[in-house]
Amino acid sequence: MCTSLTEKIDVTGSGKGSAGWFELSEATVYFDHPQHAQAEHTLNIDFLNPANGPSARVAVELTEASAHALARAIDATLEAAPPGLT
Amino acid sequence: MRDALTAGTISISGHGGDEIEAYLAHPFGPGPFGSVVVIHHMPGYDEPTKEIARKFAAHGYAALMPNLYDREAPGASPDDAAATARARGGVPDERLIGDVGGAAAYLRAMDGSNGKVGVIGYCSGGRQSFLAACSLQLDAAVDCYGAFIVNVPPEGMPLKITPIVGLAKDLSCPLLGLFGADDQYPAPAETAELARELTALGKTHEFHTYDGAGHAFFAVNRPSYRADAANDGWAKIWDFYGRFLVG
Repeated sequence: MCTSLTEKIDVTGSGKGSAGWFELSEATVYFDHPQHAQAEHTLNIDFLNPANGPSARVAVELTEASAHALARAIDATLEAAPPGLT
Repeated sequence: MRDALTAGTISISGHGGDEIEAYLAHPFGPGPFGSVVVIHHMPGYDEPTKEIARKFAAHGYAALMPNLYDREAPGASPDDAAATARARGGVPDERLIGDVGGAAAYLRAMDGSNGKVGVIGYCSGGRQSFLAACSLQLDAAVDCYGAFIVNVPPEGMPLKITPIVGLAKDLSCPLLGLFGADDQYPAPAETAELARELTALGKTHEFHTYDGAGHAFFAVNRPSYRADAANDGWAKIWDFYGRFLVG
């Protein structure tokens, strides 16, 4: 419960959770204690569809370095994609 | 020491009469035994906190941990439930008081109960333990690194909570506080201010702040675990509850 930043965004796409694929409607991004990762704090992303209940969730907990690397990789990949395909 | 116990999930009447899930662990035998309401940390009604409940039972106490997220996420895994509760701002204070009150009533009514009920909480549950002890008639309270009793949460934090130090005048029982010197929430300055307030009010309390420990030093499955602090903290808990919940 120990950090402040929580970003919540609307998203369109799909995620694969414990019960299979489902449509995503939002994502939250926050820096806090992880549930599972062996780190004091991690950058956590929850891909959600609250209309389908709490279990409609795909979660990742990333170290700070991993989160930065992911953000760079996403940007680089999108920038490199041919125009008109994205 | 008798250490035989039984444990499992039950249903109790919580705030507003709601039926909520709770984890009960209690000693075998006729009693008498003291009891503890265990308030889980923000990551939820999880295996490590159930293990804590069983530890109390192994030490001769009945322990009952209500699932504070049962309403938001019935049947969901603890981590999914915690994410949902976090996104909704956490557990409302009024509801927490009702759920702890329901758990305390259940424990007092158990065969073998000596009628004495304490409370303990970790992380967000530390603040909630203090809240419960200021709102209900209890016999001993333990606050393990609960923040925002004195200070306002930082801007942007999703938790919809406010400081509750103003309730200290209503503290119904002795309070044991166990904190880490390296913790930021609560930082030592916040717990020191709470101690000053309790002293000014003449409220029985004892606070211990461990060097080399930060937040969640009791959590054996996390890198925040600090064996020295946790071992001494448990010794403090057994001494404290031994004085106020036994007999």
